Amino acid sequence: MKIKSVYIFLLFVFTISAFGQNVKLININQLNERIKKGKDSTYVVNFWATWCAPCVKELPHFEKLSAEHKSDKLAVLLISLDFKSKLASNVIPFVKRKNLKNEVFLFNESSPQEFIDRIDPSWSGGIPATLFIKNDKRKFVESEFTYEQLLAEYKKL
Amino acid sequence: MKKVILLLVLAFSAFIAQAQTATLKAGDTAPDFKLKNVNNKEVSFASFPKAKGFIVVFTCNTCPYAVGYEQRIIDLDKKFSSQGYPVIAINPNDPEASKADAFDKMQDLAKQKKYPFPYLFDAGQKVTDAYGAKHTPHIFIVSKTSKGNVIEYVGAIDNDPEGTKTEKIKYAEDAIAALKSNQKPAVTQTKEIGCSVKRKAKA
Repeated sequence: MKIKSVYIFLLFVFTISAFGQNVKLININQLNERIKKGKDSTYVVNFWATWCAPCVKELPHFEKLSAEHKSDKLAVLLISLDFKSKLASNVIPFVKRKNLKNEVFLFNESSPQEFIDRIDPSWSGGIPATLFIKNDKRKFVESEFTYEQLLAEYKKL
Repeated sequence: MKKVILLLVLAFSAFIAQAQTATLKAGDTAPDFKLKNVNNKEVSFASFPKAKGFIVVFTCNTCPYAVGYEQRIIDLDKKFSSQGYPVIAINPNDPEASKADAFDKMQDLAKQKKYPFPYLFDAGQKVTDAYGAKHTPHIFIVSKTSKGNVIEYVGAIDNDPEGTKTEKIKYAEDAIAALKSNQKPAVTQTKEIGCSVKRKAKA
């Protein structure tokens, strides 16, 4: 009986930690650090949310972009703007269901005034929105992509 | 040569897109409208002859941000309607693109939540485009002046979409407080994450 509960406990712990690896919280300073100190030379940072239909529609393109450029020094970061209270109930199950391979984060910022302009002053706040960074170059696009459009932006960097 | 033409066409279409959707700013004239309310009566600025101004908020049934702000919008009306600043809510979403935002669903929600303010259906999204409302909720605070209805503040209701902070910056309330003391709001524009306005897919 005791052993059984230990097993259940271990299973529980593993499940939680496995989930924890799927979606981490990140704030804007941590995101900037991640990009500055990361080993990749190109970053494609997509802002999305589980409730945003066009975002959900274009997520597979970002998966395809990284899958097809595995040898590039490219990191695709998917930053969810879902509410923090929806992490366990919506975001983690979504990431699991869609089997997302890119790194997924939940944006740990609660005041849009303070982060929108720091991502890009031209951002009105609509999503999907995507930030492309290659070394010192930054390009911000506030619209939905087809795969061809996304690939074209990536190749232009 | 073909490339040049293509570029020109692209630049032109970008310009058109811009022209259609540029969001109005403080100082701009607030376009008047006449839209159908959930009680089937038409509402315009003239429906409130005693108002000193208006809280025009583009919001909808479905967006988690709009749902999160729903009670705060009701509270804005309860607080400011009697002071001369009633809320006028407009649903900017196309009912085909977002079926849960259709007119009968708006009626259901207004009834269920006992909306004290009009909740208007924007057929053809004309008023949405005239204001350049981008997402829900998107708020425009308007004052009635000798020169007509003027936009005084555009953007977010406060700085706490999730509603978890004890100390909020209440942009909308601060703007109205300034107007009531015959001053211009200190902050006239803020940005906000939200659900983009739902439109019919282009053919």
